[in-house]
Amino acid sequence: MESSEGTIQPPLANIRIADFTWWQSGPQATQYLAVLGAEVIKVESRQRLDPLRRLAGGTPFLALNRGKKSCTLNLTRPEAVKIVRELIKISDAVVENFAGGVMGRLGLDYQKITEIKPDIVMLSISGLGKTGPEKDYIAYAQTMHAYSGLSSLTGYPGGPPVSLGAFWGDQVAALAGAFSLLAALYHRKKTGQGQYIDLSMSETLSSMIPEGIMDYTMNRRVRLPMGNRDDTIAPHGCYRCRGKDEWVAIAVSTEEEWNDFRRVMGNPEWSRNDRFSTNHKRIRNQDELDRLIEGWTISLDAFEVMEALQRAGIAAGPSQRPEQLITDPQLRERGFFVEMDDPGEGEQRFARMPWLAGASPNMIHSPPPNPGEHNSYVFGKLLGMHEDEIRRLTKDKVIY
Amino acid sequence: MGKGILSGLRIVECADLITGPFCTKLMADLGAEVIKIEEPTVGDKARRMPPFLEDVSHPDRSGLFLYLNTNKLGITLNLENVTAKVIFQQLVEQADILVENTSPHRMEGLGLGYDVLKTVNPRLIMTSITSFGQTGPYKNHKPCDLVSFHMGGMASVTPDWVADPDREPPLKGGGRQADFTTGLTAALITMAAMHGQYSTGLGQHIDVSEQEVVASALARVFVLQSSGAMGRKRGDGPNMERPLPCKDGYIEFHCVESHHWKALMKVMDHPEWGDSELFQDYYARCRNWKTLEPLLAQWTRKRTRDEIYHAMQAERVAFSPVNTTKDLLESAQLLVRGFFVAISHPEAGELDYPGTPYRFSGAPSSPDVPSPLLGQHNEKILCSRLAYTRQEVEEMKRDGII
Repeated sequence: MESSEGTIQPPLANIRIADFTWWQSGPQATQYLAVLGAEVIKVESRQRLDPLRRLAGGTPFLALNRGKKSCTLNLTRPEAVKIVRELIKISDAVVENFAGGVMGRLGLDYQKITEIKPDIVMLSISGLGKTGPEKDYIAYAQTMHAYSGLSSLTGYPGGPPVSLGAFWGDQVAALAGAFSLLAALYHRKKTGQGQYIDLSMSETLSSMIPEGIMDYTMNRRVRLPMGNRDDTIAPHGCYRCRGKDEWVAIAVSTEEEWNDFRRVMGNPEWSRNDRFSTNHKRIRNQDELDRLIEGWTISLDAFEVMEALQRAGIAAGPSQRPEQLITDPQLRERGFFVEMDDPGEGEQRFARMPWLAGASPNMIHSPPPNPGEHNSYVFGKLLGMHEDEIRRLTKDKVIY
Repeated sequence: MGKGILSGLRIVECADLITGPFCTKLMADLGAEVIKIEEPTVGDKARRMPPFLEDVSHPDRSGLFLYLNTNKLGITLNLENVTAKVIFQQLVEQADILVENTSPHRMEGLGLGYDVLKTVNPRLIMTSITSFGQTGPYKNHKPCDLVSFHMGGMASVTPDWVADPDREPPLKGGGRQADFTTGLTAALITMAAMHGQYSTGLGQHIDVSEQEVVASALARVFVLQSSGAMGRKRGDGPNMERPLPCKDGYIEFHCVESHHWKALMKVMDHPEWGDSELFQDYYARCRNWKTLEPLLAQWTRKRTRDEIYHAMQAERVAFSPVNTTKDLLESAQLLVRGFFVAISHPEAGELDYPGTPYRFSGAPSSPDVPSPLLGQHNEKILCSRLAYTRQEVEEMKRDGII
């Protein structure tokens, strides 16, 4: 994709997205698109800014809205809705993640939008989807972990269900949203046909736990939390190491690996016990097995355990906290973290996108927009509105 | 197949287990043609992973494999063999995308690395998926969902807090979250590269690392910490509510703003302790969770999940039942949306499969063709697509090439 000057045109150049999203799932979906070269125009209003702008000193907003443009329109005003319709006319896609029927009340549901822009691709991200008896129910990542079945499979053995941390559901809904939108935009390039995409966060999560679901549809068995364990192999767990809250994850998958594992541990007496002589027995006696293995790891450094076991071909690695990832040698060598100076924020550390690809960017250097930062670009340059009109609408708080 | 929005797209899959097959399944279920290459006799390792229908271990009875390979064509190729390599290159020549999840540089070792394949087909997008990426000191480390989830940092924030950090280890997500999310991420970047191919006619090589995919979920945390906030310790808590026990399971909730709390107190018929300073805001409620939990649980235990769920949602507060896999199959919401799809397979019979998480207004977007038997489409692909004769195919079978 390099042109003669050596500049790379990103794969989504020439795609424009009218972005009505807020919080995390939507903004993260359009963040992927912006990084890959799409022009993402965030439509917000000072009346109701993206709440993420204020949360935790605005740091989550910094992470999820880089390189986007922002225009401000007070959509409770009919004049503002008229302008937004003009913006949609010159966009390739619309993305939104409002609860319930907000877009419909604004006259911006898919049906209405196709009247002004027949080939638009529109993506709605919601908790439970836009059809069905619970379509208007309120959802957050944590409650969708529960709804999807994921929480029922996460937790310590015999314990209550556990929600994954870090807004995991927002993350996967953003990925599925961006993927489905790119598939639809590709189809549009080839056929000229637009599309409405109704994406459900809970269904995204459910589609990623097929082992549990298929066990029920095939065998009517309801799976329960297994901690760090696996249903087929043992040992498979997370063990305490030397130091405060230091742990190592280890998975031994074959008899050959078990023998190597014993050798790395120095062939302790207990490991020759008949109770651990086959995978089946190790699974049955797992509580005791895990205790004995922890007796070995507890005096060792987690990285030492990883090195020794990986050298023997056994999957192992330290359980790392976010701040430990900063110094992880693997991530460091692959340039996963990028330090950048953000105006007003000082030096910040960002994670790039999780891919390395010759012709597809994985980081965006310009910071998130201030509210309305691109008003004159969007209203003046893109929509051809006269300066006086923009001034009047700003004074009237239509542009607001 | 053939009706979805990605019909016309041609993909070759040289992958097993979850990451690669899930990536191509996402595209196959939208109508792309996926030719899955498996090792003769052995097949995809997922064929030997549970759950099995009626717990009978059989290569066409693994629920995991059946799910991951819907809408695909299956052939067998022993890529160590010279003839097989020629066939592989012929398939790649006709393809838009190659997805592989072999260990780093195995494809190069076979003489089938990107540098070779791009001369065969400059339009090719080659997506390579591994645990740690194609480069770096850990590139040859043994892959495993458990280790990726922990090394990527997600286990340290799951659960959000623990009472006893010495005895409750960082926790893996249920199932194989790291693997599935990596497949999804690979599908996203591969689809983006197709847009590049559309405008320039050129492909590219994409390197996806599972550890990085997991770490990406912490994007917010990294920025927060670089602005000076201290990392939270797992034992610093409680910092959040936990699901509450009901008559018939657990209920999860998001009760942060004061109007959420007021609505809950209203639905609970205004208990006296509701006005206590101990619970005056979210932070206070978290701090005093040990006092609050039994008070709430006393009430929730007497009610079903659905009673509480619908009553709280009527007040516009995010409550949700903690659904088990059984509950999903019985959910009215999922039923009306047609999330589950019945697919009939020659060995496994008719079963309900989870469908896709999106509905497209103008095209089908659900799996409808069962996963291939091992080598099921050998003749179809080799004879009709590549013009080998039946006799040649028989010879290849005999020689263990296919």
